[in-house]
Amino acid sequence: MSIALLAGPPATLGMESFAEHQHRLGALPKATRALIDSIERSSLRGKGGAGFPVATKWRSVAAQRAGRPVVLANGGEGEPLSRKDRMLMEQRPHLVIDGAVLAAGAVGAGEIVLYVGADHSGAIQAMQRAMTERSASERKRIRLVSSPVRYVSGEETAAVHFVNAGIALPTSIPPRPYERGIDGRPTLVQNVETLAHVALIARFGDEWFRSLGIGDASGTTLVTVGGAVPQTVLIEIPMGLALADAVNAAGGITSDSDAVLLGGYFGGWVESSTAWGLPLDTDPLRQQGYSLGCGVIAVLPSERCGVVETARILAYLAHESARQCGPCTFGLRAISASAGRVAGLASTPGDLEHIQRWAGFLAGRGACRHPDGAAGLLASALRVFADEFEHHAFERRCSVARAVAAAAS
Amino acid sequence: MQRRTRGGGGGVMSDRVTLGIDRIKCDGHGVCADLVPELIELDDWGYPIIRPDAIPKSVLPHAKRAVSGCPTLALRLQALASHR
Repeated sequence: MSIALLAGPPATLGMESFAEHQHRLGALPKATRALIDSIERSSLRGKGGAGFPVATKWRSVAAQRAGRPVVLANGGEGEPLSRKDRMLMEQRPHLVIDGAVLAAGAVGAGEIVLYVGADHSGAIQAMQRAMTERSASERKRIRLVSSPVRYVSGEETAAVHFVNAGIALPTSIPPRPYERGIDGRPTLVQNVETLAHVALIARFGDEWFRSLGIGDASGTTLVTVGGAVPQTVLIEIPMGLALADAVNAAGGITSDSDAVLLGGYFGGWVESSTAWGLPLDTDPLRQQGYSLGCGVIAVLPSERCGVVETARILAYLAHESARQCGPCTFGLRAISASAGRVAGLASTPGDLEHIQRWAGFLAGRGACRHPDGAAGLLASALRVFADEFEHHAFERRCSVARAVAAAAS
Repeated sequence: MQRRTRGGGGGVMSDRVTLGIDRIKCDGHGVCADLVPELIELDDWGYPIIRPDAIPKSVLPHAKRAVSGCPTLALRLQALASHR
């Protein structure tokens, strides 16, 4: 399988130094507007979760006239199931910095902010050390900001808000960061993995990047595979690879599994029978109603109940709501309470009907997309675990718990 | 279709407008649903669910009243298909 970002020294050797990085990949090419055309031809999509076309975003920033733009390299990675951004920063910090420098050159930005989750200590250390290895002129324009440990910290308006005012909570749009962000300037907020891909596209070209994907898919992507696999691992896969092949590359499944959580807490459950054959590529997944999100593949082990896991995730997302918008504050709290009772075999009349209804009207009703994510996850669970939700709610029994108990006796 | 105003209610030039809301400002007073029930219903917690399509001309005056009557100034008229 082709790899690009993680080519070079093995992960066990830790961070690749600037000297090794330059020796292996050559010097950083000059950033020009032509780079944006090349990125467009490469079909690179944002790797933070939304999968937005990168060239389109860069053009939007470059077209702004309200001050010199800023680049924010987003390594907040608040998604609990994801490891890819922190591990990339630990192993290849110079790819991330290269990408941020190129982005700044292409959109005409001066300042670069490296925004890294405060709990990703290995990543922070690597980025700090990497900065000391860069030229004085680069060091002068790059600053490292560690972001609070909170799910919404990595949301792009929250990241900008934290840099501006020390508050890592989303703000209302408009304005979006590309219009008015850090210090009121147009701000390009781009995930660190996306920037690392740019560092390679600038060196080897868009045709090279496209050739890495399978079929019509373009490039490679980092995925975190966890759950019913030997251990949670970061792997790099060609875009378009079948999900089953990604799981096999992570060591294969360690138990039977009925469902896969694709895309993390912002993604959704997929029946395994469907999941194994899915091509891991942005548009084909979207056309089938799925999302690769931030590249999380979590295989549900046979001894875990999907209803219980869903309730646990909803409780987390309700707790992580910024509590700024009513539908998210009260809606997620109510959904979490009802789902918790259903999962705990203690449902009260109406619980299941309520969450079925609430799943339908939270999308688009927050300043950020936190409620959309929770509602999407819930809707997928109600579909994939439909029978099990009814068993829990109306018969107060959990098939998985029973099977586990029977196997133990 | 890039023109938009915020607050106030007047001055929108486009004939295809919709109601936009600042979800952080909204405190769920529910005044809007009283003033323009054709466009807004309230969810189980009293927060508005807004019809996303263009506001019919006959309803526009009510929509403008809702914009100016919102206690937290969270509502605005905006061009259709601009930011929500």
